Amino acid sequence: MDIHEYQAKEVLANFGVAVPDGALAYSPEQATYRARELGGERWVVKAQIHAGGRGKAGGVKVCASDAEIQEATEGMFGQKMVTHQTGPEGKGIYRVYVEAAVPIDREIYLGFVLDRSSQRVMIVASAEGGMEIEEISENKPESIVRAIVEPAVGLREFQCRQIAFKLGIEAALVQQMVRTLQGCYRAFTELDATMVEINPLVVTTDSRVIALDAKMTFDDNALFRHPHVAELRDKSQEDPRESRAADRGLSYVGLDGNIGCIVNGAGLAMATMDTIKLAGGEPANFLDIGGGATPERVAKAFRLVLSDKNVQAILVNIFAGINRCDWVAEGVVQAMKEVGVEVPVVVRLAGTNVEAGQKILAQSGLPIIRAATLNEAAERAVGAWRNDLAQGTKLGVAS
Amino acid sequence: MSILLDRDTKVIVQGITGKMARFHTQDMLKYGTKVVGGVVPGKGGETVEGVPVFDTVEEAVTKTGAEASLVFVPPPFAADGIMEAADAGIQYCVCITDGIPAQDMIRVKRYMYRYPKDRRMILTGPNCAGTISPGKAMLGIMPGHIYLQGNVGIVGRSGTLGYEAAAQLKERGIGVSTSVGIGGDPINGSSFRDILERFEQDDDTHVIALIGEIGGPQEAEAADYIRDHITKPVVAYVAGLTAPKGRTMGHAGAIISAFGESASEKVEILSAAGVTVAENPAVIGETIAKVMEAA
Repeated sequence: MDIHEYQAKEVLANFGVAVPDGALAYSPEQATYRARELGGERWVVKAQIHAGGRGKAGGVKVCASDAEIQEATEGMFGQKMVTHQTGPEGKGIYRVYVEAAVPIDREIYLGFVLDRSSQRVMIVASAEGGMEIEEISENKPESIVRAIVEPAVGLREFQCRQIAFKLGIEAALVQQMVRTLQGCYRAFTELDATMVEINPLVVTTDSRVIALDAKMTFDDNALFRHPHVAELRDKSQEDPRESRAADRGLSYVGLDGNIGCIVNGAGLAMATMDTIKLAGGEPANFLDIGGGATPERVAKAFRLVLSDKNVQAILVNIFAGINRCDWVAEGVVQAMKEVGVEVPVVVRLAGTNVEAGQKILAQSGLPIIRAATLNEAAERAVGAWRNDLAQGTKLGVAS
Repeated sequence: MSILLDRDTKVIVQGITGKMARFHTQDMLKYGTKVVGGVVPGKGGETVEGVPVFDTVEEAVTKTGAEASLVFVPPPFAADGIMEAADAGIQYCVCITDGIPAQDMIRVKRYMYRYPKDRRMILTGPNCAGTISPGKAMLGIMPGHIYLQGNVGIVGRSGTLGYEAAAQLKERGIGVSTSVGIGGDPINGSSFRDILERFEQDDDTHVIALIGEIGGPQEAEAADYIRDHITKPVVAYVAGLTAPKGRTMGHAGAIISAFGESASEKVEILSAAGVTVAENPAVIGETIAKVMEAA
């Protein structure tokens, strides 16, 4: 789960990380009021969306007057912001964070991630802050400093000093760096984060070390033990289809194609998408309906897939292990009757009780296209979609 | 021989009184697995499917001589259950549980390292379908009947995709020595490399099938290991050719976040290491059959 910058800053501040003074606004008027409350002469207004790359997309503006804040934020509220991380549909701006501007001397990159090779928390830092980490690793790979944390003893001070000195931090500021690094690490482990990124962490001209931006991602599997973190969820930043799926216990990722997929198991779901692609089609989604494919679950899956208006054919691929194909077939038949499916549906069943399952599909009287293998299923789904296009009709044909 | 699990391996089930655990205990017993007990704190003295339940893993090991454990404990308590098994002297543990916090798994791995290597428990999973040595025993939730006994060693992340491969092999009359699920989580007990090492040493395994997916470094690490240390032919399939970058595809670990983590990059890395790659999930069985004929 991602959270907003202002929320991440609040979280990190509670762990001793220094952040600029700032306040949240829900309208241009409130933004100017917040700036006056904060005092000073220059402010930074920042669109709050769950994506990086805001600066280049015009989501971060430095302002020196009420009028400038008004103008800058009017251009933000209610808009969809498209950055290289949001995808073409962009993310809506409903909150703006106003901060007192800070006099920057130098910018540092600081990230904490779960390193899957060492299976530990890894710190990644670079004196070349301000750029995205991908850019740094491409253009200035020699500037990257890495450290791995031993989980039994946590992040040691010597490691923090080592990082600070490698980044060229002057001795007088090293203690502030230690405090920042340890604060981030504690926030990471105590709140079950999977990523903490401060880019940039700045050294100010008046010798302070401050997190100018902050991004945190949390482990969905650990939210049960952090109700305060779970409350920070902002559904306006999620794909509505994906939130709806998550609320129903289905795992769904929307894509750009037009062949909807309903599959059990994450690996098989990905493999099914790949097969569609190889057969000349484009998958509309990833969907894992999980182990127990009850008729209700299958019906929910059909509704979800059909809520994507681009879907022009559906491929159901179930390998029944614990499931039984006859139950799954019942589910498909019930779901199609209930939901009223108007696009061609291809069903491939394999595993336990496959003959009984095929019989149910055949006797249902529904225009279900059956397939015996994964390849055949993908080819028939792509074929059915092409046929429909050619005929200009929306109704499927039974095999 | 087979790896990790054999006809005589004595097995306990942690969390045996749950609905799913009961069902699969019954299935495992039917398959011929030597399930000798279960563990649920506070339910010691009961019996499930005819096997005794103990309060602690330590007690179960002392009284039954159990060597392997299958963990069905719910996510908030699963890490603790795995550590309990490691401490009680269990040699091989399979964790089925999906949804364990990643940092709990970091702690589990760290904890397991407190034991010297000869006494260190082997863990596969979490978030996997388990391990089966067809015709001998199964420790997991897979449908046993889709596997023939034979000489292909399978190691994969995904449960259902592993079934797909086994079923394609069965159709061709090809059997499996052992099939191991290493699970879809970012931090897992055993990597592809760990399991490859065992298959290389197993006389019954003649060909190895590696079924990977997007995300993480373990397929690339496996490729290095195959190039330098594996003499047996390896066939691979990597799922997620069409998966977009930065999105989690069902499995917590199935996310492309760095160079070398996409399906096409993994295919390239594996091919360069001499692995025969099946380009399409529907031809995994066919590809293995061809490699076996050539061998």
